[in-house]
Amino acid sequence: MANLNHLQQLESEAIFILREVVAECERPVMLYSIGKDSSVMLHLALKAFYPAKPPFPFLHIDTTWKFKEMIEFRDNRMKELGLELIVHTNQEGVRNNINPFDHQASYTDIMKTQALKEALDLYKFTAAFGGGRRDEEKSRAKERIFSFRNPQHGWDPQNQRPECWNIYNTQIHPQESIRVFPLSNWTEKDIWEYIKQENIPIVPLYFAKQRPVIERDGNIIMVDDERLQVKGNEVIEHKSVRFRTLGCYPLTGGVYSYANTLDEVVKETLGSVNSERTSRVIDYDGQASMERRKKEGYF
Amino acid sequence: MHDVLKFITCGSVDDGKSTLIGHLLYDTKKLYADQVQRLELDSRVINRTQGLDYSLLLDGLSAEREQGITIDVAYRYFNTDARNFIVADTPGHIQYTRNMAVGASFADCAILLVDATLGLLEQTKRHTRICSLMGIKHFILAVNKMDLVSYKEDIYNKIIQQYLEFSQEFPMNSLVCIPLSATIGDNLSVLSSNMPWYQGSTLLHALETVDVSQTSFETVICPIQRVNRPHAKYRGFQGQLLSGTLHVNDVITLYPSLVKATVDAIHVGFENREFATQGENVDIQFKEHVDASRGQVIVKGDGVKSATQFQATLLWMDDQPLEVGKVYTLKCGTRSVSANIMSIKHKIDIQTSAHLSAKMLEKNDIGVVTLSVTHPLVFTPFDKFKGLGSFILIDRLSHMTSCAGIIHYDLYRSSNIHPQSLSVDASLRAQLKAQKPMTIWFLGLSGSGKSTIANALDRRLYQEGFHTMLLDGDNVRLGLNENLGFTTSDRHENIRRVAHVCKLMNDAGLIVFASLITPSHEDQYLVESILGENVKIVYVSTPLEECIRRDVKGLYQKAIDQKIPHFTGISAPFDVPHRAHATIDTSLVTIEDAVEIVYKLIKDK
Repeated sequence: MANLNHLQQLESEAIFILREVVAECERPVMLYSIGKDSSVMLHLALKAFYPAKPPFPFLHIDTTWKFKEMIEFRDNRMKELGLELIVHTNQEGVRNNINPFDHQASYTDIMKTQALKEALDLYKFTAAFGGGRRDEEKSRAKERIFSFRNPQHGWDPQNQRPECWNIYNTQIHPQESIRVFPLSNWTEKDIWEYIKQENIPIVPLYFAKQRPVIERDGNIIMVDDERLQVKGNEVIEHKSVRFRTLGCYPLTGGVYSYANTLDEVVKETLGSVNSERTSRVIDYDGQASMERRKKEGYF
Repeated sequence: MHDVLKFITCGSVDDGKSTLIGHLLYDTKKLYADQVQRLELDSRVINRTQGLDYSLLLDGLSAEREQGITIDVAYRYFNTDARNFIVADTPGHIQYTRNMAVGASFADCAILLVDATLGLLEQTKRHTRICSLMGIKHFILAVNKMDLVSYKEDIYNKIIQQYLEFSQEFPMNSLVCIPLSATIGDNLSVLSSNMPWYQGSTLLHALETVDVSQTSFETVICPIQRVNRPHAKYRGFQGQLLSGTLHVNDVITLYPSLVKATVDAIHVGFENREFATQGENVDIQFKEHVDASRGQVIVKGDGVKSATQFQATLLWMDDQPLEVGKVYTLKCGTRSVSANIMSIKHKIDIQTSAHLSAKMLEKNDIGVVTLSVTHPLVFTPFDKFKGLGSFILIDRLSHMTSCAGIIHYDLYRSSNIHPQSLSVDASLRAQLKAQKPMTIWFLGLSGSGKSTIANALDRRLYQEGFHTMLLDGDNVRLGLNENLGFTTSDRHENIRRVAHVCKLMNDAGLIVFASLITPSHEDQYLVESILGENVKIVYVSTPLEECIRRDVKGLYQKAIDQKIPHFTGISAPFDVPHRAHATIDTSLVTIEDAVEIVYKLIKDK
């Protein structure tokens, strides 16, 4: 593939994977988290099957704590493209009022991991595309592009199927499923460069704007609605901030910035001294937390 | 925009492989501050060495960190002003040969790490062999830990001399040798003043400049992945162009059917194109209506063939050893077919390259085999073109990826025996007999009543004027298969031969009744894969207790007395088939009713 440049090679690999899964797997779905990686994945899906629409639905696991702008962006985008969107929320979690403030440790498990497993079981999806990249985190660096899950959605990192050349084995037993990561070999830099090159729409939260924020435990948290309880020593200030990753607003730290164009964001991000996962509050619960969560079925 | 180099690092734990990559990442400033902080924190927690332990950046999984070794393949990303890099970091111990093969299949260049304090060891030879097998043509010999041998030139020279001699048997397009120290950083990104006698490339420079572009293979090869049908009037054949350049109006050939078609339109992404080149994902429409589907290959030019028997080298990766005669699913390009290992020519001693005789291949073994597939496979010899010369075998029961394989050539007998397009074909023969040829395959325990039903049915059809034939397992073993015993592989072979005889007789227009125990799922799959739609499986499910009670031939008593080994039901397992067109328990139904059930099956078709 020497005649293709770096981004073209990554795009080519990803589209090949998307088509391969659609050709071989019974019931695929694309996880759509509304973030920049999901936006890239959606764009690749549009390209891969053009002039047809992507022949699978999109699944969003809504914890009910996402930024309002994310939900708005999601609904507009899906409507505009005429795609099938499935939104799933763990209703039992909602009934028990599971929230990121009172249930720090179990919140992610109940509202994300359990909700995802519930949705995959409910719709009997056999393969789910995820936007995970190997450069994000150490345990991801070892995950195959095709990652097999047992009927309980568990991942066994010690017993991964060998993945040779680009010949993917998609065979599974009933109730087993595959998580497929077409962006495995992309870096954060590649994602931004591709968004720019292809002019891919992304959630405005990635651009700096005056937003109401508080500082909590060293993180800049946006006060997206009244559910965020401001503590005694905290003050809501309006500051120019943007977000490097998007998730549940109480768990997503922003950065002070004036970068409000793609070029500026890319320049700031790529010159940054911190890796993107530091803006995710959940990563701090223990050295090997990501690997543990993935074994339990987290994406 | 520059390109990307995918490379692999080979060496064992103590060679400082992870330290080397960690240090490279550090030098190219691809470490964010929080990763550096965590690195410093981890170094303190685990404390294998003094100071910064660069290797901790790479050993990702916590189990591995605890054991202090890299078990799996980890991928790392960094870039310089000249190039983007993806590193596959793999374990070097012999028990992780398969992990190294996975990394090597992904890479275009290999860094082989040698510990200067130990000299050239067998393991470097093994790593070279695995990388070469998987298709790598560019090598960098990194002689590490030069700081521990006082940077002596003669030690370095001796190692590279030995390596140059050893490596002659492998096809290499480039080989660069570099003395360095991963811990200190000598010759990683800047030439070291500790070794003024070395004036070659630094490691980073070698990586930035190695030219891995392949000699161009101009034949257009595009395996069809799927058919895109947004609406009734659009039929786009989607796939990745593995080689060549395809233009609108080109006349292509579909393999293996050899049907020709003219390219009407090419889509790449949202664009309508006049042409597409190697590496691009295309959506092709033809002017003619062509009946093509996934697994067929769009070809323009020479060098592509189809065949059903091959010589291939396998790198075995499964805990379950390779068995001769067992049926696997072979995936090559976008084509999946049933494959059967006919023989193991030899096993290759991974250290010395000596050929050893072998009855089976176990995990991490490399062996040369002959194999046959049930449908013609479109291929290119691996050393000519990797894209259609590589394959995997998948275990049909566990679904494990059992091996990585490369095709050397098709076998004389299959390439020279072209399927004769006879003027009288199978359907004409069938017409003459006014019947639909098929095979009714009765399977079940010894004494379950298979042959009794088959015999009764054969008589009935004969009386009605049908042309039939009965193949009984016992009788076949007295003639055609008299050279076979009852080991697992002999039993596979027994089944394979009988299934092919059935196929020939079906082609001759006959209705065939075959009655064989067919004990394993593999055997049952084999029957289906050979006979396809023309077989009806009848499972005679009479319970074991009833079969023992009947014991018509007195065999069960002998087996219970241990006078017969491997007796199905007693000392060998019987797998209940996953699917059967009919299931008959002769302890519950009469022979007349059983015959009626199968008779309907034949008439329904």
